[in-house]
Amino acid sequence: MTAWFKRTEKGIQTSTEEKKDTPKGLWYKSPTGKIVESDELAKNFYVSPEDDYHVRIGSKEYFEILFDENKFEELDAKLTSKDPLKFEDTKKYSDRLKDAQKKTGLKDAVRTAVGLSSGKKLVICCMDFGFIGGSMGSVVGEKIARGIDYSIKNKIPFLMISKSGGARMMEAALSLMQLAKTSAKLAQLAEAGIPYISLCTDPTTGGTTASYAMLGDINISEPGALIGFAGPRIVKDFTGKDLPEGFQTSEFLLEHGFLDFISHRRDLKKNINLYIDLIQNNKVRLN
Amino acid sequence: MEYLDFELPIKELEEQLTKCVIIGEESDVDVTQTCKKIEKKLLETRKEIYKNLTSWQRVQLSRHPNRPYTLDYINALCGDTFLELHGDRNVADDKAMIGGLGKINDQSFMFIGQQKGYNTKTRQYRNFGMANPEGYRKALRLMKSAEKFNVPVVCFIDTPGAYAGIEAEERGQGEAIARNILEMTRLKVPIIVVIIGEGASGGALGIGVGDSVLMLENTWYSVISPESCSSILWRSWEFKEQAADALKLTAPDMKKMKIVDEIVKEPIGGAHSDRENTFEAVKSKIFEHFQELEKLSPKDLVNKRMDKYANMGVFNG
Repeated sequence: MTAWFKRTEKGIQTSTEEKKDTPKGLWYKSPTGKIVESDELAKNFYVSPEDDYHVRIGSKEYFEILFDENKFEELDAKLTSKDPLKFEDTKKYSDRLKDAQKKTGLKDAVRTAVGLSSGKKLVICCMDFGFIGGSMGSVVGEKIARGIDYSIKNKIPFLMISKSGGARMMEAALSLMQLAKTSAKLAQLAEAGIPYISLCTDPTTGGTTASYAMLGDINISEPGALIGFAGPRIVKDFTGKDLPEGFQTSEFLLEHGFLDFISHRRDLKKNINLYIDLIQNNKVRLN
Repeated sequence: MEYLDFELPIKELEEQLTKCVIIGEESDVDVTQTCKKIEKKLLETRKEIYKNLTSWQRVQLSRHPNRPYTLDYINALCGDTFLELHGDRNVADDKAMIGGLGKINDQSFMFIGQQKGYNTKTRQYRNFGMANPEGYRKALRLMKSAEKFNVPVVCFIDTPGAYAGIEAEERGQGEAIARNILEMTRLKVPIIVVIIGEGASGGALGIGVGDSVLMLENTWYSVISPESCSSILWRSWEFKEQAADALKLTAPDMKKMKIVDEIVKEPIGGAHSDRENTFEAVKSKIFEHFQELEKLSPKDLVNKRMDKYANMGVFNG
């Protein structure tokens, strides 16, 4: 009786597989340690309600936030990457692509769609960081180019949502040329007088900032997003200097003149459509 | 409310009136008649003072701490349609120069203007309305964007001058202002300029070339402030009043010289004493001028503007 708490069996070790764990995805913990239920997070535009941390999301979530009733038509959904250089690092590029497709359920790092946003048509090109770090290769370049063509042909404003580590190394110079290709297309869009909104989300780095992410009629962002050409680690290693506080955050970029404004994710739809109405001299939509 | 030296009789009467009202509320004495008398006298005094303003007094009024600033006008004119846009895409976002899109009567305008602060902290934040090169470059970027989408431009001028700092020179203050002046002469959309406070020199003209240049009644516009003029030409700060007269910097003077197109009347007691009516007057004048300019083709608009500036200057022979 006195030893009711004594272990009779020696050396109990539950193997990892047998351990009872909370199913993944029920809770989200923000970097400051605030915990929020997944459902609640989704309802709050994927922003942690306590500390306003804007959780990284992908095209699925942005489409849901920006298109009315989450209704849209996806464009060029079937485009997939080739492996023109037969590239191989620790893994074959072709295998990497297959794995990424399997893991994410996506075809590549960008999706394009057209649909109604506050009652008016909008073309949105949105990158997915989950697919090889949102890297930009031939497919990304081509899908953006076709999205712009669609905008020009149908006279619909174009929204680019960048979320990328930069150009895709596995396509080498071909991916570098996507900077030129997308920029040329944006020049055509400008020539056609169609508004281009660039939304830089966490993270927007490398080749994307050196092309379409910085070329909007307005460049906007969400609070606390990382935006820069060379990432903070590279800058630190290269210069050997400590980086100033808040270096390359969206607030830093606003202060240095590269963003028109920062919008809370909850107000994105309102602000983007307000800009479109103002610049096109249309009546301001109220929702 | 703060009072300028020549406004002190108004202050005294306003205080008397307040006291009179309080006595009426707190005792049984009937003060209606006395109050009415004071009110009448207040109105007369106001009229008297504001009818005979000297040039220097108008300069003082243009800097009145309670005077509405650019953002006050924009917010009053556009309500919640105003969307502020930031940055020059080069160096910084200049807090002394603000800009953005907004609606007046369902028509979009690109608003640009120097912004002053309303207390010590915000005055510093706004750099006292003195823009750096990046402020002028931000203004130009927004004007170019307006031109691209055929949106007319409205500029509000209220600056003691462009910022005279070391970094400002390093980044090309002169070049920035020059570029703006040149580009504004050939911008293909209507430009309406309103001088709402101080219009000091190149810092003002850097956003001041327009098809219609309007000037509020109690503002000034010249190549230099009366104080600086006094210190340079009289070699003392003491002669600012004479300098103000000599520079012919008031709205009626400027209208006479055809440097501005129209004077916008302020309520008796100045813009600061009745902001709502000031906003209303500015709003309807802007829209009136826009409706006239809208009728011109971009080519005629630019030609007319070019001619206007080409004809400025007075000379013999």
